[in-house]
Amino acid sequence: MAQKTKELLVDPLVDNNPITLQVLGICSALAVTSSLQVAFVMTLAVTAVTGLSSFFISTLRNHIPSSIRIIVQMVIIASLVILVDQILKAYAFQISKTLSVFVGLIITNCIVMGRAEAFAMKNPPVASLIDGIGNGLGYGLILMLVGVIRELFGSGSLFGVTILQTVNNGGWYVPNGLLLLPPSAFFVIGLLIWAFRSWKPEQVEAREYKIQSVEAH
Amino acid sequence: MSDMSNDPKGGFIARFKALPTDSIPKTIFVAVAVCLVASMIVSVAAVSLRPVQEANKLLDKQKNILQVAGLYEDGMNVAEAFSQFEPRVVEIETGTYTDVVDATTFDDIGAASDPTMSVELDDDPAGIGRQSKYATVYLLKDDAGNLDKVILPIYGYGLWSTLYGFIALEENGNDIYGLQFYDHAETPGLGGEVDNPRWKTQWSGKKLRDDQGDLKITVSKTTATGQEAHHVDALAGATLTSVGVDNLVRFWMGQQGFAPYLENLAGGNV
Repeated sequence: MAQKTKELLVDPLVDNNPITLQVLGICSALAVTSSLQVAFVMTLAVTAVTGLSSFFISTLRNHIPSSIRIIVQMVIIASLVILVDQILKAYAFQISKTLSVFVGLIITNCIVMGRAEAFAMKNPPVASLIDGIGNGLGYGLILMLVGVIRELFGSGSLFGVTILQTVNNGGWYVPNGLLLLPPSAFFVIGLLIWAFRSWKPEQVEAREYKIQSVEAH
Repeated sequence: MSDMSNDPKGGFIARFKALPTDSIPKTIFVAVAVCLVASMIVSVAAVSLRPVQEANKLLDKQKNILQVAGLYEDGMNVAEAFSQFEPRVVEIETGTYTDVVDATTFDDIGAASDPTMSVELDDDPAGIGRQSKYATVYLLKDDAGNLDKVILPIYGYGLWSTLYGFIALEENGNDIYGLQFYDHAETPGLGGEVDNPRWKTQWSGKKLRDDQGDLKITVSKTTATGQEAHHVDALAGATLTSVGVDNLVRFWMGQQGFAPYLENLAGGNV
């Protein structure tokens, strides 16, 4: 059991990462990674929501009628997201302003729904909780990696602390403005997926078709 | 059904638990129960956290007033620094100070929806529907007690949301010192760029009116020759937000807004 618990937690970090392998949750990954602090809070929020929603859905799983199961899952997820949003507004006001709509959009984050439907509906509560936390952290790991690249090269700082003195502030570093714009996260995530799949070739998907050669005939 | 209702051990909930999961009564029961519990949790959280959130909002508003006046520094005591300002309530129509409401507690935005405190607008370029008869302005005086800057509240509709902000004017009531929005829900990265410091610095040093006293300030893509002192570049990719900002600034600085007050201020009548 201990071995399995560890797998549930560690597996989604690299081997079954929701972003790089399952390619889910990209929308918010583009929006909240221009600064590390925001990415970090988003990680905590998504981890809390994925873990707790999986836990509650799994607790109820034997009593959720299949005809309304998606709606029941949504109600649970949405309530947790509102809870997280309210707590952020009360105790991390500035960050909640920066995250703006993206906290609310955790509801539509495919990772949360995906874990509820794929794992929590079929597994016991504690395992589901750990699976949810693992996936939240796997999402967060990529978020933080992208955040490090974007904040360091886009604004010359990490967690708001200046590392590379930018030209605007009298230093030498000319920041790459593209990295502050959402499209850059696409490039960075694309490169990360490439790196992950070069490191672990078993993550490469099988081709769905093959171009056939006609010259042999 | 009869065998279950005769079960001596089964309570109401236990009976429902024993129902087949996909039966209609069970479906309805689960739906109602989940909704009830979820709505209770959400309402308890919303109500119990409201005082903290309100305090945050107030602090944030004070911080934005400090920022627009160029006084804010990281880590400063906001409430203490804010005490430099003298809040006064202005009657919009006459442009004079009034004491009918208490300046420290007056809620401009709330008053706009109170029929006794506001008027319905026929000509409503800022898209606000009703306008409060009074507005709180913040006066910043120098050590000798002379007026240095005045901070005026402005708001209006952008693309998705109402933008709430402040404009800081020099003591002549014509030169802009700064403009800043503290609450809006425009698209992050596009209309949300109203928060971009580089865009905001454009406002500094611009003039509301020309020498004839006509309101000339605009937010637009192109600038007419000779109008540079009254022109702020629109945001790229955010036409409707830019139009909204243009409308709301011109509305609040115009005759329906603070123009009477600013005339009084320049003429030394208040």
